Amino acid sequence: MSSEKTEVDFDVAEINKDYERLYGFHTNTDYLKNSKKGVSPDIIREISKIKNEPDWMLEFRLSSLEIFNSMPDPTWMDGSVFDEINYEDLYYYASAGDKKYNDWDDVPEDIKDTFERLGVPEAERKFLAGVSAQFESEVVYHHVQEELEKKGVIFLDFDTGVQKHGDLIRKYIGKLVPQGDNKFAALNSACWSGGSFVYIPPGVKVEIPLQAYFRINAESIGQFERTIIIADKGASVHYIEGCTAPTYSKTAFHTGVIELFAEEDAYLRYTTIQNWSTNVLNLVTQRAIAKKNATVEWMDGNLGAKTTMKYPAVYLAEPGARGRVVSIGYANKGQRQDAGAKMIHAAPHTTSSITAKSISHNGGRSSYRGLIKVNKGASHVKTDVECDALLLDDFSESDTYPTIDVRERKDVSVMHEATVGKVSDETIYYLRSRGIKEEDALLMVVNGFIQEFTRELPMEYAVELNRLIALEMEGSIG
Amino acid sequence: MNSPLLELKGLCSTVFSEDTDQQIPILKGVDLTINKGEIHVLMGVNGSGKSSLAHVLMGHPNHQITDGEARFDGTSIQDMEPDERARAGMFLAFQYPHAIGGLPVGTFLKAAVEARRSEEVPFRVFKRELDAALEKLGISKEFLGRSLNEGFSGGEKKRNEILQMHLLKPTLAMLDETDSGLDVDALKKVFHDVREYANQDNALLVITHYDRVLDYINPTHVHIMSDGRIVKSGGADLSKRIDEEGFEAVLGVEASV
Ligand SMILES: Nc1ncnc2c1ncn2[C@@H]1O[C@H](COP(=O)(O)OP(=O)(O)O)[C@@H](O)[C@H]1O
Ligand SMILES: [Mg+2]
Repeated sequence: MSSEKTEVDFDVAEINKDYERLYGFHTNTDYLKNSKKGVSPDIIREISKIKNEPDWMLEFRLSSLEIFNSMPDPTWMDGSVFDEINYEDLYYYASAGDKKYNDWDDVPEDIKDTFERLGVPEAERKFLAGVSAQFESEVVYHHVQEELEKKGVIFLDFDTGVQKHGDLIRKYIGKLVPQGDNKFAALNSACWSGGSFVYIPPGVKVEIPLQAYFRINAESIGQFERTIIIADKGASVHYIEGCTAPTYSKTAFHTGVIELFAEEDAYLRYTTIQNWSTNVLNLVTQRAIAKKNATVEWMDGNLGAKTTMKYPAVYLAEPGARGRVVSIGYANKGQRQDAGAKMIHAAPHTTSSITAKSISHNGGRSSYRGLIKVNKGASHVKTDVECDALLLDDFSESDTYPTIDVRERKDVSVMHEATVGKVSDETIYYLRSRGIKEEDALLMVVNGFIQEFTRELPMEYAVELNRLIALEMEGSIG
Repeated sequence: MNSPLLELKGLCSTVFSEDTDQQIPILKGVDLTINKGEIHVLMGVNGSGKSSLAHVLMGHPNHQITDGEARFDGTSIQDMEPDERARAGMFLAFQYPHAIGGLPVGTFLKAAVEARRSEEVPFRVFKRELDAALEKLGISKEFLGRSLNEGFSGGEKKRNEILQMHLLKPTLAMLDETDSGLDVDALKKVFHDVREYANQDNALLVITHYDRVLDYINPTHVHIMSDGRIVKSGGADLSKRIDEEGFEAVLGVEASV
């Protein structure tokens, strides 16, 4: 009897450990005990040494730190956004990445509540109940890894990438997002931890979406994620940074740098759905380059966070390159989603499209901030921008800041369309006249509004996203 | 004897005008009784209040009952929300159905069916019913993937409304000018399907502005509405007279009696 019980307990402990691993409820408590504060060159040296990094990486970190210390805050947003950042505390975040977990007890109550209401997908529910689903996911995991290895695909966490493929990373890191690109990119370059390194060899088409979940040493997005994805000539890959569960962070600060390289004829899609806890300032620099006839797509979903600033960019470097951004943002009470996209047409015969959808609610504020640039000589260019804002009440806000900079006249087509709308009572009445309850009717309209985004997601993510939106909207009817 | 399916006594209403910010009186004392197994046709010139009556009964947010009684299945509907009325068995085929971008017809139909029955309907069960309804109404499956009413032709919208009626199985189906915007062939088909739907356990209130609908449906009752009141009621023979002589003449005769 008693031995059976012990076994069950052991299972539960294992499950919880993984639960935290999967959803990112961990901070390194050892470091929290450390009395040192702030980021100094010494601390950077120490981190780099613990991670056993090559010298060039240490140099990269140190020079980035210097740049960071000398840079002002970004000027395009009202500066009060940055007031709450306590740079003194950065040391903690920089040291994250060790596999030690905080207690579930440390997670604030409102986040716990969200988890309870969110529920988890069936497979995970089973998994949490200790049913054999964990073995299934192990099997899938190994299968995926084997398949990928056979094809020569590299899919690692960034730290391991630096260890195993230092030369490759050294060649690409900072090429699209230079250390000094903006203050937060500099900070990330100095303190990065976590993220993925992905390389797809020429001609290899990865059929299933690569999910961080399947990565060796899977970790949730770190405070300073650093990701590089390279799709070599004719390669094709869809990478998903799935993070739909609310990612609790003590640190109130997340800044990532993502660089995507699509070589000739390559196809590269990066999908992320972020749902940070509402204390977090989320600043991510996402940039991609598309070479001849290559396609890059950013699918970007932003929920949660106190403030998000995110403008995925595609540099269309050679003829035939295509760039696409589809994004959604949900700004709830006290939140600001400042999102958009940048398309740089640096070559003729390039096309781009941006679809940005925002929902503002309970006084939340969404902005679209975008740049379309057509360089001199980039003739035969077509670009389409559509930004649609949905306001769920009278006191929420939305605005757009589009910049269109066209330096070429020959056969350049630029379309920009922006709409702001509300859900009409008549529409809700129509749905209600079919027996559908008011809150469900509103949810259906909102889900319809973001359907262009949702339909691009693998089924399980789409379902999860719809559920998250439902949670955000809970209690939205008086 | 059971209570009538629908019973209106001296029903008065106002509509909130968003232009003038005022409540405008519309219904001025409507009396109407509908029992199961009956098909009622409500006629009247444009602006006489036919659509308003339907919306008052369905619970439109801008329409308000100000006086009189409205009972459905013996219960006053005054304090019921539109979705409660629908779940109780009322249905309105809209004259102008609303479009909802990104909401696939199929998803919407399943949600509506589940709402009406107040239970989850397993996908396979739903699909069986849906396939049968599509086949019966001659609607192709591609239709299900389109956004609800978005970019639909007039005819497609109307057929979509009738499809919903067939799936939701209301006991009282109100059809507001379902005939308008349809060509003769479509009209024939749609009203054939409407007639198929009618049986001894439900009732129809068919609102129309033209008399041609009467060629396709055999009403048990015909009413004529004018300025917010039902001013004349009769059997199918009334419709014949209207068909031959026109509204004005029929009402004129009455008025001069
Ligand atoms: N939302 C509204 N605002 C102002 N007047 C309205 C509104 N809805 C209906 N009415 C008025 O109510 C009267 C009846 O309209 P309606 O019920 O649509 O008639 P019918 O369907 O018989 O053509 C008309 O005079 C119309 O102008
Ligand atoms: Mg009308």
